[in-house]
Amino acid sequence: MAFKEKISALTFDPRGLVLPALFLVAWQFVTDVQWVDTRIIVPPVDVVAAGWKWFLSGELVSGLQASLWRDGSGFLLGALLGIALGVLLGVSRFADAVFGPTFHSLKHISLFAWIPLISAFFGRDDLAKVVFVALSTLYPVALGTLEGIRNIAKSQSEVARVYGFTPRQALFRLVLPAASPQIIAGLHLGLIYAWLATVGGEFILASVGEGIGLAVIRGRASFHVDLILVGMLVIGLVGLVFNTAANHIEARLLHWRGNHS
Amino acid sequence: MHRIPIFGMRGIGLKLSRTEYEVAVMSTLQSIEKPLSLESVEARLPPLHLPGQENILPALRRLAIGMVFPLLLLALWKVATVHVWLPPQLLPDPAFVWESLKEMAASGELLGQALVSLKRVLWSMLLGGGSGLALGFAMGLSPRAKAYLYPSFSLLSQFPVIGWSPLMIIFFGIDEALKIATITVAVIVPFAVATYKGIQNVPVKLMEVGRIYGFSFRQTLWHIALPAALPAILGGVRQGGMQAWLALVFVELLASSEGLGYLLVYSRNLMQLDVVMVCMAAIGLIGLLFDLALTRLEQHFSRLSPKGY
Repeated sequence: MAFKEKISALTFDPRGLVLPALFLVAWQFVTDVQWVDTRIIVPPVDVVAAGWKWFLSGELVSGLQASLWRDGSGFLLGALLGIALGVLLGVSRFADAVFGPTFHSLKHISLFAWIPLISAFFGRDDLAKVVFVALSTLYPVALGTLEGIRNIAKSQSEVARVYGFTPRQALFRLVLPAASPQIIAGLHLGLIYAWLATVGGEFILASVGEGIGLAVIRGRASFHVDLILVGMLVIGLVGLVFNTAANHIEARLLHWRGNHS
Repeated sequence: MHRIPIFGMRGIGLKLSRTEYEVAVMSTLQSIEKPLSLESVEARLPPLHLPGQENILPALRRLAIGMVFPLLLLALWKVATVHVWLPPQLLPDPAFVWESLKEMAASGELLGQALVSLKRVLWSMLLGGGSGLALGFAMGLSPRAKAYLYPSFSLLSQFPVIGWSPLMIIFFGIDEALKIATITVAVIVPFAVATYKGIQNVPVKLMEVGRIYGFSFRQTLWHIALPAALPAILGGVRQGGMQAWLALVFVELLASSEGLGYLLVYSRNLMQLDVVMVCMAAIGLIGLLFDLALTRLEQHFSRLSPKGY
């Protein structure tokens, strides 16, 4: 199966291009013959032109930078807190009994439902957005860490006890390495959620300042469909790059496990 | 003619004549050592866990310990409001939040808004679920459909749905169509991925049995692919439900005139944080119920699905 997939990845199947090509042709056609309002369905050429103009003005890059900065700092904060929380709940039965139920109840609150409360406390600017991104990263990372620690084989922890590991040794030599596959999977999920939260946060907490989501939502307010499309494409591409990179890093980091399942 | 079910394919409802059955057993016997029998299927099932078997006391104790932290938080919250550490607009009195909850529940406002939201989710689950299933089945069963659809699908599915919303506002306005469309798109991807993967993982032997008997496409779909892929599909239903709830709150926050998300953002703008908290609790509770119900459904059906060994 794996071999077959590798083969199909190597040999390129042009049939996959039919649908996108048809879509592009149809898009160009309906705008050419003016069957649709070209303010709503902008010709593909105009979208490319708008993107190029946006790129040349430097605003696309600076907006993307601002968004990526929020994404990165929120992710870092959330990931550190998430691993810490996951380790605490996973290692200490006491902490799990006391904080676990609260933690598992709060996770059911849909992510975006936190935004109004966060904005009441932290305003609408960078701080609120970073807090929201951190919160969205925290949950998948903490849950992954917790699951990883729960799955550590009893024999492994017994070896650590026999060798008289100090808590510090146990953490760095046993708990974190043994739980690393799930922690990394949690971080991967957290990365996806962080980008989702960055963009969603910029949409909902629209404010002055720079950011790719902010630019898109302003484009919507001023009915610039070309800008919206370019923005969407950039948002999607960033997500795609994150996901692909995370997949590669995950495979590389977990290579030592031997199996690729 | 006397018709008996194929052993080991419980849940498929496939009835065969004696000779057909013998051929089927023969063909499976060639590839595996031990014959499939109903007993071995039962043995593979996870042990039955009947409610009432476990002791209630430890559960109560767990609950009591779990309540300590929330109660401490509540006490801290109360103390903070009594001493006015934060302005009351930012931190309303817990008793006041409780009053708001009772009031909103009694007046039917909470239920009304929740029903509006739930109706949106339901429609989108039906629309998105139907198209996702169709897409997943098409890509899973037909190599040709996969060759045409899969590259576009896998590319688009990696774009966050949230990113689509501004474009959808342009196309659909900010009315009901916007919510249904956004949530539907959010639901299609998990449904299609789960169905596709589920069919990919249908044991080859089951498919071979179908081929030997010259099953039509419809029979293959109905008697082999669907039952065997059911657990995976139900996993997709759960994922889809979660995604739908996430997208719903998002789109209601973004542009809405009714629903829980609307109430949330409206009361936030009036700085009525008590209402905000009540809404968050309601959203959390519905999310929890969704999760419980869909997990139960998934577990129930995954025990019934046929395995190929």
